[in-house]
Amino acid sequence: MARVVVDVMLKPEILDPQGKAVEGALGRLGLEGITSVRQGKSFVLELDGEVDDARLAQLHELSGSLLSNPVIEDYVIREVTA
Amino acid sequence: MRIGVVTFPGSLDDRDAARAVRVAGGEAIALWHGDADLLGVDAVVLPGGFSYGDYLRCGAIARFAPVMGPLVDAANGGLPVLGICNGFQVLCESHLLPGALVRNDSLHFVCRDQRLRVESASTVWTSDYEVGQEIVVPLKNGEGGYVADDATLDMLEGEGRVVARYLELNPNGSRRDIAGISNARGNVVGLMPHPEHAIEALTGPTTDGLGFFTSILKGLVEA
Amino acid sequence: MTRHPDTVADAIAHPEREQPYAQLGLKPNEYADIREILGRRPTSAELAMYSVMWSEHCSYKSSKVHLRQFGDKKPDTDKLLVGIGENAGVVDIGDGWAVTFKVESHNHPSYVEPYQGAATGIGGIVRDIISMGARPVAVMDPLRFGSADHPDTHRVLPGVVAGIGGYGNCLGLPNIGGEIVFDPCYQGNPLVNALCVGTLRHEDIHLASAKGVGNLVVLYGAKTGGDGIGGASILASETFDDGGPTKRPAVQVGDPFMEKLLIECTLEVLHAGLVEGIQDLGAAGISCATSELASNGEGGMHVRLDNVPLRDATLTPEEILMSESQERMAAVVRPDKIEEFLAICRKWDVAADVIGEVTDTGRLVIVWHGEVIVDVPPRTVAHDGPVYDRPYARPEWQDALQADDPGLLARPVTAAELRDTVLTLIGSPNLASKTWVTQQYDRYVLGNTVLAQPEDAGVIRVDEESGLGVAISTDCNGRFAKLDPYAGAQLALAEAYRNVAATGAAPLAVTNCLNFGSPEDPDVMWQFERAVTGLADGCLELGIPVTGGNVSFYNQTGQAAIHPTPVVGVLGVIDDVARRTPMAFRTIGDVVLVLGETRDEVAGSEWAHVVHGHLGGLPPNVDLGAERSLAEVLVAASRDSLVTAAHDVSDGGIAQVLVEMALRENVGATVSVPADIEPFVFLLAESTARAVVTAAPEHLAAFEASAAARGVPVRRIGVVTGPADDLQVDLVGGESVLWSLDELRATADATLPTLFG
Repeated sequence: MARVVVDVMLKPEILDPQGKAVEGALGRLGLEGITSVRQGKSFVLELDGEVDDARLAQLHELSGSLLSNPVIEDYVIREVTA
Repeated sequence: MRIGVVTFPGSLDDRDAARAVRVAGGEAIALWHGDADLLGVDAVVLPGGFSYGDYLRCGAIARFAPVMGPLVDAANGGLPVLGICNGFQVLCESHLLPGALVRNDSLHFVCRDQRLRVESASTVWTSDYEVGQEIVVPLKNGEGGYVADDATLDMLEGEGRVVARYLELNPNGSRRDIAGISNARGNVVGLMPHPEHAIEALTGPTTDGLGFFTSILKGLVEA
Repeated sequence: MTRHPDTVADAIAHPEREQPYAQLGLKPNEYADIREILGRRPTSAELAMYSVMWSEHCSYKSSKVHLRQFGDKKPDTDKLLVGIGENAGVVDIGDGWAVTFKVESHNHPSYVEPYQGAATGIGGIVRDIISMGARPVAVMDPLRFGSADHPDTHRVLPGVVAGIGGYGNCLGLPNIGGEIVFDPCYQGNPLVNALCVGTLRHEDIHLASAKGVGNLVVLYGAKTGGDGIGGASILASETFDDGGPTKRPAVQVGDPFMEKLLIECTLEVLHAGLVEGIQDLGAAGISCATSELASNGEGGMHVRLDNVPLRDATLTPEEILMSESQERMAAVVRPDKIEEFLAICRKWDVAADVIGEVTDTGRLVIVWHGEVIVDVPPRTVAHDGPVYDRPYARPEWQDALQADDPGLLARPVTAAELRDTVLTLIGSPNLASKTWVTQQYDRYVLGNTVLAQPEDAGVIRVDEESGLGVAISTDCNGRFAKLDPYAGAQLALAEAYRNVAATGAAPLAVTNCLNFGSPEDPDVMWQFERAVTGLADGCLELGIPVTGGNVSFYNQTGQAAIHPTPVVGVLGVIDDVARRTPMAFRTIGDVVLVLGETRDEVAGSEWAHVVHGHLGGLPPNVDLGAERSLAEVLVAASRDSLVTAAHDVSDGGIAQVLVEMALRENVGATVSVPADIEPFVFLLAESTARAVVTAAPEHLAAFEASAAARGVPVRRIGVVTGPADDLQVDLVGGESVLWSLDELRATADATLPTLFG
């Protein structure tokens, strides 16, 4: 049994209106000193067995084709726990 | 002339696309997402809607549907394909067209009668228009912002692959006011606005949208 | 650790167990009634079922005694195919077509969680429509909020609008109309009412009954989770000895994609003839669906609750019974058809599970882990709940309110004052352009929307060959209803009736959403009784029946109840939608006419509200005979193509009408105030039974003759001038009041984006 977390964020050059809206809200809540907010997604996958190299390659394939759109998003396989 | 209209789970404007095909004089053939079979149609429309609820990303799940296998192959081989709104999103996700569609910069869904300029009459879906012709067609989306990097945008402009552009108001933050594009060959077109809702004076703001459907039928006759 | 459920055997063996009926909302007398019905104490599951099914929302216990007037005073009509009592009423519109429509409320959830509350409100009303066997074809949203500039309105309104759009757009249903009203009385109790209309062929009508002993009961759609089970968790915590989880989510979350699949799947199984009875799961979920299906059918049902597919495996049986998870339906299917039914569900990727069968025992029996936890007569749960005749009395402040006539309020007299007043009004939140809201809704999907907001009524084409269509409008002026609830209900009916007729459709049927304060307050109960009586009397006089509706009580914060707000929806039929009458000034030279009589009636008007903050006096006079005659003129004019535009006169008076007709296609007009009417009254009074029309000169004689024949006063007041021309109102004495279309548009368009943008 393993647990994998994949984070997906819009590429830095892509406009992120949702992040901007959150940034605006922080200001209204009186929180200062936060200069930027970008909003992304986090996918938590539970897998049978362990994550060996072959499995990891599959996860990269999955992350780059389904979980993220490489035209506008970057992904990071952030966490792999057995 | 048989024009296929694909229904994915959550497709909404498939019925309207079929109606537009019929009004233009063609025969609309229903294509089911789960069947890897294009039923020998002469062209395909990927309609608007919320396939798979727009979950994950718009069109991201639909692009892996069984019907998309033969469709991508056929498109690469020259089959005319028109992707409207969600259909445009599916075409970008499956890389038949460059770029991507992202959330409207206003963060609101917008439904409005949108003025457009037809920029290219060289595609099989726009040959019935004049270059520079201004038309009014309904636009309705929440994720309609067309984005691509500058190199891609310059290429699209340079190769005459921008098919339609927003006029008077950019409703969603699309780069360079792009409302629709084509592939290099001109057989695959993606369009954010909905021409199938502008085919009848009774229910649409104009009949300006009919041209997309008469273009393809005329083109098929001549082929 | 599995918790031992409270079984029927336990209830018999331990009759003395204390039960938390009060925390579940049951009164001592109600609890006693349940014990008497069962001849023992109820099990926890039975207590949960009764508590939720006997709640005000589900049982209508405080309203039934008055609502029966809709049946008692039903006008004679052969158009009503299904009347009150089913999920929605069904009316015959001709050519073998039928239409079902209903409006419902989701007020309190929308205050708590605006997006999901409103979204699930749309989801719920749509399921009511498909459970009648109809394809939903349009939605409308009558909405009421507190003051436009109040911070909490800024919390609620955008979420509600986004939720209605988010859910309705994803389902593929055009939003063709509704209302947005701001008033401080709704501050703590916003009203989110949702209407859905569906079409079907006569032979496709299905009812919610479980007939045929041995037929299977299938639950299909989304899995069941902990949505909306606030009360049931009390039971869970009651009997948990090991201090297990007690907090369960109360807010229902909608999945419009699942509902879209549900619509397609349901219509396919219905058209394939695979369904004997069908019911949607709304308030009280499985409790409601099983008890209603059983009591409408053979009277008996056996259910295996373990077969319910769960999203959350820790749910107790009480929680499963009370869950309000969305996007679920129940169907009764013959054993020889079940495989085909399940195959269609699989095609649409919709989960389906057989959870029981129809029996002839006259009991609803529910089994969990092999033990009987519910054994009740289903009628006692679903239909024969408590009925209260709550005390009601005319409020002691009513006389003073009605005597507080606005006659002494300062009125605009000069051209400059009139000009400024109209600008102030058209920019006020209730009268300003609602485009900021309505452009978040898809109006085009399905390709049959002929008219949508801001037109008087939404018009949908039903038959693409013949052009047969329907028109729907929802209306209510809560201020009028506060001044006089009986008249107020009739005024709401009259306005919706008039709006439908203005588009050229003949009014046919009525639905209603009655939003009131607490029924335990005699003032409120008096308002309710008066409003229901007024509406029933009005429907009888107009000859159109109430087909169904909804009551929402407890819209009250402390002592402050909302204005009585009986929202009335009227549906009409038009033979050919191509002949519908739109509202815009269009053709230069068309003559502008006013139909009906304008009187000095400004009590409860937008002018009194906006300019003077005044509410008092008696609302405008109701004359249903005049409404009927006016409607006949408008419908005939549409059919005979005698008019080019029509717009009913209501909030904001004739001034508002002229501005709206001019801005619609950016064409101006010049009109004159008749010499015998004070200009202020002509422009801003809110007298009833009036409309403004335009007609080409060659049709004038015929149109005026038609009005005269029906006794409807008609006056020519001016002419349509041209694109981008000013709106000009000439006063007796030579002065003119002028507005450019640009300034009118800028004023009307700026308000909502500035507030909520």
